[in-house]
Amino acid sequence: MTKPLKVSIWRGGADGDYQSFEVPAKANQTVLDVVTWVQRHADATLAYRFACRVGMCGSCAMMVNGEPRWTCRSHVSSVIRDGQLKLAPLANLPVIRDLTVDMTPFFDKWQRAEARFHPSMTRRDEVPAIKPDTAARKAADAAVECINCGVCYAACDTVRWNSNYLGPAALNRAWTLVNDERDAGTRQRLAAVSGTGGCYNCHSHQSCQAYCPKALNPTRSIAGLKRAGLAAKP
Amino acid sequence: MAGPRTHLLWRAALLHRISGVLLAIFLPVHFLMLGLAIRGADALDGALVWTDTVPVKVAEFGLVFLLAVHLAGGLRILVLENFQWRDGQKTFAAAAVGVSFIVAMLFGLRVL
Repeated sequence: MTKPLKVSIWRGGADGDYQSFEVPAKANQTVLDVVTWVQRHADATLAYRFACRVGMCGSCAMMVNGEPRWTCRSHVSSVIRDGQLKLAPLANLPVIRDLTVDMTPFFDKWQRAEARFHPSMTRRDEVPAIKPDTAARKAADAAVECINCGVCYAACDTVRWNSNYLGPAALNRAWTLVNDERDAGTRQRLAAVSGTGGCYNCHSHQSCQAYCPKALNPTRSIAGLKRAGLAAKP
Repeated sequence: MAGPRTHLLWRAALLHRISGVLLAIFLPVHFLMLGLAIRGADALDGALVWTDTVPVKVAEFGLVFLLAVHLAGGLRILVLENFQWRDGQKTFAAAAVGVSFIVAMLFGLRVL
């Protein structure tokens, strides 16, 4: 019989502590399966988030052995160390309870970065044809599959040092919109991402790229914003 | 709940930061040494005798490595941020360290 997994899970708020559990080991077990087993069989008061379980919704991210992961697609066998799993809420965000964090600062920064679509036409206009082979469309396509999981935000040293920094996800989204030819908000967006806490705070450590579960490259997007900001006319 | 600080490009950033701090510490010593020339040739020559000792030559090897790796790592970041993105940043970072080590070795072989 396979030995049970030794799992430490953060309990309580920011001043909480780890609680140990033993969870039956199974083949093809994800970290989310482990957390769900604890809640269903060991302690029903454990707070955590998930929804889709297939890597689409971006709600189940947490720190696994010190690294940010999407837990629904992280197999235990690929992240376990010395037979142990240490699970904590996502770094760089306020802890609500146990494994849940308050995502408000994360999404507020999307708004601050003008990372929302500014329409340039009305419903009476013709729908424009977007050619897939233009440089702008390719740049947008390369960055557009973000699921807002917050993994890059938790991995980012600059966010940790500077709570005002907009973070990789918001800046990555802003870059997709800078490259969207239907969007009319580039001027105010570049102003928003070039100010205090903006793209020029990025140190290009590339942790966002290293940990993005969708294999996106926010560092590339932020570098694009830096160049676009420098090239923009005052 | 510490963040991830293990991947290669993060280590490259750490090396860039540490080499910069060490070079900043070295600079005042360097200027003090150069300042001795104002007092006269004897004062400068008296201090330069130290540079013929093995420990100082080893330290100079280290300094050349720090200078080279800070320059090469800094150029990588400048290119990354100011030109079209190129994949393979891990390779570029590793190459920056490798080239810097070779430069320092060439210097070391010349002075030792």
